[in-house]
Amino acid sequence: MDKVLEVENLSKVYGPGCPSCFELTGPEYNTNICPHCGSVVAAHNVSFDLYKGEILGIMGESGSGKSTAVKCLYFDQEPSTGSAIFFDKGRQHDLFNMNAAQQRHLANHRFGMVYQNPHLGLNFDISAGGNIAERLLMSDIDNYAAIRTRATGLLSRTEVLPERMDELPKNFSGGMQQRVQIAKALAINPPLLFLDEVTTGLDLSVQAAILDLIMEIQQEQQTAMVVVTHDLGVIRLLAGRTLVMKYGRVIETGLTDQILEDPQHAYTQRLVASAL
Amino acid sequence: MNQTPILRVEGYSKYFELHEQGKIIPSSHDVNLQVYPGQLTTLIGPTGAGKSTVLKGIYRSYLPTSGRLLFRCENSHEVDLAQADEHLILELRRTEIGFVTQFLHALPRQATEDVVAQPLVQRGMEKTQAQNIAREMLAAMNLPECLWGISPATFSGGEKQRVNLARGLVSRPRLLLLDEPTASLDPTTTERVVRLIEDLKAEGVAMLAIFHHPELVERMADNVVELEPPVGIEKMFKEIA
Repeated sequence: MDKVLEVENLSKVYGPGCPSCFELTGPEYNTNICPHCGSVVAAHNVSFDLYKGEILGIMGESGSGKSTAVKCLYFDQEPSTGSAIFFDKGRQHDLFNMNAAQQRHLANHRFGMVYQNPHLGLNFDISAGGNIAERLLMSDIDNYAAIRTRATGLLSRTEVLPERMDELPKNFSGGMQQRVQIAKALAINPPLLFLDEVTTGLDLSVQAAILDLIMEIQQEQQTAMVVVTHDLGVIRLLAGRTLVMKYGRVIETGLTDQILEDPQHAYTQRLVASAL
Repeated sequence: MNQTPILRVEGYSKYFELHEQGKIIPSSHDVNLQVYPGQLTTLIGPTGAGKSTVLKGIYRSYLPTSGRLLFRCENSHEVDLAQADEHLILELRRTEIGFVTQFLHALPRQATEDVVAQPLVQRGMEKTQAQNIAREMLAAMNLPECLWGISPATFSGGEKQRVNLARGLVSRPRLLLLDEPTASLDPTTTERVVRLIEDLKAEGVAMLAIFHHPELVERMADNVVELEPPVGIEKMFKEIA
């Protein structure tokens, strides 16, 4: 089995930071705000690995640090400490020891990101097709006809009518915007895809269609994915393994069915017990 | 007959620690058993004896509290399923260890034949070929052909159970765990299932099963393991400080 990603002791602190930050925050203290310096410990010592074709779930309530972890890996934010190695075509990339240009290159060519809010992932000033073209251009595909063909293919794959590719994203429903975002993320066939609460706030039927699409992509392309969600149903459906976070810490990790059937941590037990 | 066990369970215990209630509940205590290729071992005992808990521990849906679950892989390596890396467990589930539970968990949007074909597709088989094998298995299970193309979500209990069995048997794992696979089947279908299980046994599949009906135990089991509810079950409830 091929390893795609190895994350070790990833931490992110917002604020000045002090020696007590990590000692006085976390689930035991019921806070992620350091009582000494007021810094917010968004994530501390997050470690995991990810293999080809695997979907890893990161579960937790809002503010638990699950999105922070993923945003650091996609270079949206800079981690305070920790390391992450991306394994690609026989090479290892040390994500947090690269310069900004190298990071951008990797994000454009090898990663995909789908945000909860389509405004973060799409450029609303250009058409749906233009959004996909933008990503293809960044990844050095610059033949107009080739881009047009690829964009058409991607939009039909994600079930957005190709006839609407020249419309602006604002004309689309939330579910359609999300599909355009997925099409854009997939444009370059990334071996690694981050999905941050992609179905949150959508109608149930739209959620189902998007989750089906994600599963099909995983089967077809063996894309490795990190799925961040607070939704137990999404975790159950998509993830083989799951990390549970609270106050910036990973409190439990295991096979998804084990986490759901035999949760070990008090918080996870409460979480699973409160599922509808 | 091959006398090297494919699975050795040594001193397996599972206690549930319920934080909210402040209790520890023993479910299995010091279970020992072996499962052999081409043989069927059954677990018997009253409700609450921890029969399903043993199967779930082996499949790692439950995290064992103590004991060793030594599984001999295809490549002859022995792995302790209680400790093994999660990736290895997922790989073994895909290729070597199957589990047929009493309940079917399937997507409401997936056709029955795809539900059954899925384990084969996950192993890398081409989709149409997997569907063909799935259809053969559904036919063998006596499931009416008109149901193959629709989702099992609206099926009756017995129909769902047949889908679940077809899905579990189709991939011919080396070790098959069966949790009351015939509980809601009529006598005719039960007979078909029994014959399919016997075929698999003849092919060398090792099985660990819980049967609802004592006559099936009598008929199918090569080895019988009797479990008792953990001793002093009341006394072992203890408060967590």
